[in-house]
Amino acid sequence: MSERHVSVHVPILARVEGEGALHLRIRGNVIEELKLRIYEPPRLFEKLVEGRHYSEIPDLVARICGICPVAYQVSAANAIESLFEVEVDPVVQALRRVLYCGEWIESHALHIHMLAAPDYFGYDSVIAMARDHPEIVERGLRLHALGNALMTMLGARAVHPVGLCIGGLHRAPLEAEVDAMLGRIDAALPDAAALVSWSAAIPMPADEQQFVSVGLRIDAGTAIESGRIVSDRGLDIEARAYEEHFTEHHVPHSTALWSLLGARPYLVGPLARINLNFDRLPAPVSAALAATGVNWPSANMFHSMTARAGEIYFALLEARRLLSDYRRPERSVAPVEPRAGVGYGVSEAPRGILWHRYQIDAEGRVAAARIVPPTSQNQARIEEDLHASLRAFGLDHDEDALRAHCEKVVRNYDPCISCATHFLRLTTERL
Amino acid sequence: MADEPRKPRVAVHKFSSCDGCQLAFLNLGADLVRLAQRVDIVHFAEAGPVAPDADVDICFVEGSIAHPGDIDRIRRIRERCRFLVAIGACATSGGVQALRNVARSEAWLAAVYATPAYIEELVDATPIGAHVKVDLELWGCPVTSRQVLTAIGTLLNGASPRDEADKVCLECKRRQTVCTLVTRGVPCLGPVTRTGCGALCPSFGRDCYGCFGPAENPNVAALGRRFAGLGLLPEAIAQRFEGISNAAPEFRRAAQAFRGKAHE
Repeated sequence: MSERHVSVHVPILARVEGEGALHLRIRGNVIEELKLRIYEPPRLFEKLVEGRHYSEIPDLVARICGICPVAYQVSAANAIESLFEVEVDPVVQALRRVLYCGEWIESHALHIHMLAAPDYFGYDSVIAMARDHPEIVERGLRLHALGNALMTMLGARAVHPVGLCIGGLHRAPLEAEVDAMLGRIDAALPDAAALVSWSAAIPMPADEQQFVSVGLRIDAGTAIESGRIVSDRGLDIEARAYEEHFTEHHVPHSTALWSLLGARPYLVGPLARINLNFDRLPAPVSAALAATGVNWPSANMFHSMTARAGEIYFALLEARRLLSDYRRPERSVAPVEPRAGVGYGVSEAPRGILWHRYQIDAEGRVAAARIVPPTSQNQARIEEDLHASLRAFGLDHDEDALRAHCEKVVRNYDPCISCATHFLRLTTERL
Repeated sequence: MADEPRKPRVAVHKFSSCDGCQLAFLNLGADLVRLAQRVDIVHFAEAGPVAPDADVDICFVEGSIAHPGDIDRIRRIRERCRFLVAIGACATSGGVQALRNVARSEAWLAAVYATPAYIEELVDATPIGAHVKVDLELWGCPVTSRQVLTAIGTLLNGASPRDEADKVCLECKRRQTVCTLVTRGVPCLGPVTRTGCGALCPSFGRDCYGCFGPAENPNVAALGRRFAGLGLLPEAIAQRFEGISNAAPEFRRAAQAFRGKAHE
C-alpha cells in the first residue's frame, strides 16, 4: 500500500482577528510539519512610543488592537501609575473595572457568535447563521451591544475609547447615565445565564490535554484589571518579576514571538482564568458553570467557549455590583507627578494576560517599552494543541475535515493576530 | 424592474492595522444582518467569507501598505472593484505605525546623506492612495458605522459621496460643548481636525488628539503658536501633530516646522 500523503494549506484563516495561515503536512501517520504562520506585518509599537510623554501612552497603545483597546490602556496605566505612585480614587478604579467588564462582554460576545459558533452549526459566517437561528444570533448581538454601551458610557466610543488617562478617567458618568445602564444590565442577565447553558450544550470533542494555566489572581474577588501572575503549578509573582520566569524567542515562520514559562508552552485566556479562579466567581456564575456538567477546572480547550460565556455572565454581574450605589466623584483624575524609573503593569485582556513594562525618564517620557500580548503567549500552546488534537481526531480524515478541525482548535484561543505582531524588536525587522 | 436585480457585491480587505475599522461593520448588530440582505458580502475574512479575488462593486480597505507583498495585493483588489473606499487612519494616511518612518528619516537626516526622496522610498507604512486610485476616503481612528453605511448607500444610489471635512470645532459649537482649549488651556487639535467622531474628546472634557486627520484648510501654524502660548515646547508641539494621523501631509509638515524651531 502506498504511503498516504496529505497537505493542508489554509492561506487565510477566517474568523480570527488579523492575518494568519496554517500549514500542515502529514506523511503516513506522522505529522511532518505543522505551522501556525502569522504574517501580519509588525507595527513596532514598542519603538513608536519611545520619546513620547506618558500622558499620550494610553491613546497610542490602544491602537495595537481594535477589539481590546481597554486592555492596552489599563496595562499601560497600571505600569505608569505604579511607578509614579498615583493614588487613583477608588470610585474611579471601580469605573475602570466596569470599562474593562464592557470590553470582556463585547469581545467574548463577538467571538462566541461571529467567530466561533458558525463552526459548530455548519455556517461560514454569523450572517448565514442568522437566517436559520435568528434568536440565538440576536441574543448574542444584544450582549455584544451592551458591552459596547458600557465602554461608550465610560469612554465615549467602543473602539479606541477616549475616557482613560493616567490618574483616572477624563470624565465620570452622570448618576442618571449609570441608572439607565443598570436597567439594561438587569434586563440582560437572563440572556447571559442562558448563553452559558446554550454554549455547553453544543457537542464538543472530548479532547483532554495536559497544559499549564496562567492568569491573574487577587486577594478578594476575581482578577480583571490587575493582580498577581499565578499558575496552576504554583507560580505566584508580581508583574515586575515576569521576565525572570517567562522567555520569548523568535521562530522563522511567524512575525509574533513565542513565549514560554520555564521551557514549556502555557495557556492564558478565559479557560485558564476559570480554571484558576473558579472558587472566586460569584455564586450564580459558578452554579451556572457547574450545572453544565463540565468538571472545572477543565483540561479540554473546547470548553473555552463556555468559559467565555461564563465570563460574560460574571462581567455583567460585576458591572452591576460596581455601579450600584454609584455617586459621581468630584474629581475623576488624581494628581500625577512623573518620576524616572521602570514601571510594570499587567491585566487580564479578553484573550489572557497582557504585560507591559515602561522605562520613563525624569521628564515623563518613555525611554523604552516592552509589551507582551496574550496571543503571543498562546502561540506555542496552539501548535502543541494542534499536534495532540489532530492525533486524537485521527489523521486518516480527509483534508476538508482536517482543515475544519484545525480551524476550530485555533479559534478556541480567539487569536488576536493584530495584537500579536507589534512587538518584534527592530533588529528582526526586514531591511 | 422585471427581474430582481443582482445584489451589489461588497468586500472588506485588511492590510496593516488593528482591525478596529472592520468593527464599524461588526458593531452594526442587527443592521449587519439587514445589510447582508441588501448586498452580498463576498469577502470579509474576519466575519467569515473568504474570496479575496472576487469581482465586487464596493471594496472597503482597512490598513496601510507596510509589506512588499501588499503592493501587488492592493493592485489586484483595485482591478476587481468598481469603487474602492479606504477606511480609517491607516488606509488614509498610513496610521500610527507611520511614526516609525519619522524616527528612521530623522536618524538618517542626522547622518546628513539622505535625500528626502530616498527616505520616501523607504517609508514602510503608506496609505492606500499612494499605490492605487481611491474613490472615497473615510477618515477616522476608527471610522464609525454611520460613515460606512452612508458610503454604501450613497455609492449604490449613484451619487457622489460628500467629503465631510469640517472641523471638530464646528461640531463642538453645534453641541454647545465647552471649549477645552479656551477654558482648560489644553492643547486641543479640534481647530484643525476633521469632524465625524461627534467631538467626543471635548465632550469628555479633554483635548482632541486628531484621530480623524486634518480638516479642510487647517491652520496648523496658528494653532501650534497657540500651543506655544500655553507653554508647550517646540518638540511637544511637533509630537502633538505627530499622533494617530502623523503622516497626513498637513500634520507632518506642521510637526517638521515646529521641530525645526527646536533645533534653531
